[in-house]
Amino acid sequence: MSIMRVKAKSRGGNTEVKMLAKHIMETGQRKDKSGNVIPALFLSEIEVKHAGKVVFAANLGPAVSKNPYFSFSFAGGAAGDTLELSWKENTGKSGAETAEIR
Amino acid sequence: MSMNRRSLIKVVAAGGALMGLGLLMPRMAMAAWAKEAFEAKEQNTAIKSLYGDAELTESAEVILDAPDIAENGAVVPVTVSTGMANVESMSIFIENNPSPLAAQFIIPEGTAADVSTRVRMGKTTNVTAVVKADGKLYSATKEVKVTIGGCGG
Repeated sequence: MSIMRVKAKSRGGNTEVKMLAKHIMETGQRKDKSGNVIPALFLSEIEVKHAGKVVFAANLGPAVSKNPYFSFSFAGGAAGDTLELSWKENTGKSGAETAEIR
Repeated sequence: MSMNRRSLIKVVAAGGALMGLGLLMPRMAMAAWAKEAFEAKEQNTAIKSLYGDAELTESAEVILDAPDIAENGAVVPVTVSTGMANVESMSIFIENNPSPLAAQFIIPEGTAADVSTRVRMGKTTNVTAVVKADGKLYSATKEVKVTIGGCGG
């Protein structure tokens, strides 16, 4: 299941990336109606690779907003190229997806 | 003979420097999730845990873009950027949050030192951006007022 929505645009030799991860980013601070702490569940690591090279990596805490958003840019990349995204939750669950540069 | 010795010393010194570099390099390529830093309750503890004892220098070259007033503390846009060379990482700390370290961004060579994200803020407090460039730490701090409930009052 893909959780990343990515807009990657090649412009003037650089690639501008905007990504939104669909994720609850549960902090572990909240309690449910009966007063039990809702366990933390958040994206802790995100990595983006282009042509096998890491172009962006983030280590996150639960203070990052629900549905985390990131924007960054890197030198290189062309329309049609593939970005490889991988992510990991604090629980250890992980996933990988791809996105195309336009 | 003495020349030989001198050049030998040079080679050894250079080798040592390279080894030092080699020890430093993998840390960024493989910066694992710093559990202790992310779980630290105090900002100073979190910074120390993430960066060790290196000194933090406030710098106007670290640009921390955050709103003066955030009506909704759940979604506060923050951008960290700098024109400094050799930036290795950039991180965001929110002083009064239960765990101040919000995010650490790794900036590989070729990636611009300019990252935007959105963070949660429990209440009005200082947001600090820390940039690691050339092995040194630079920071910028800004107070962001949080209007609980988002009524703009």
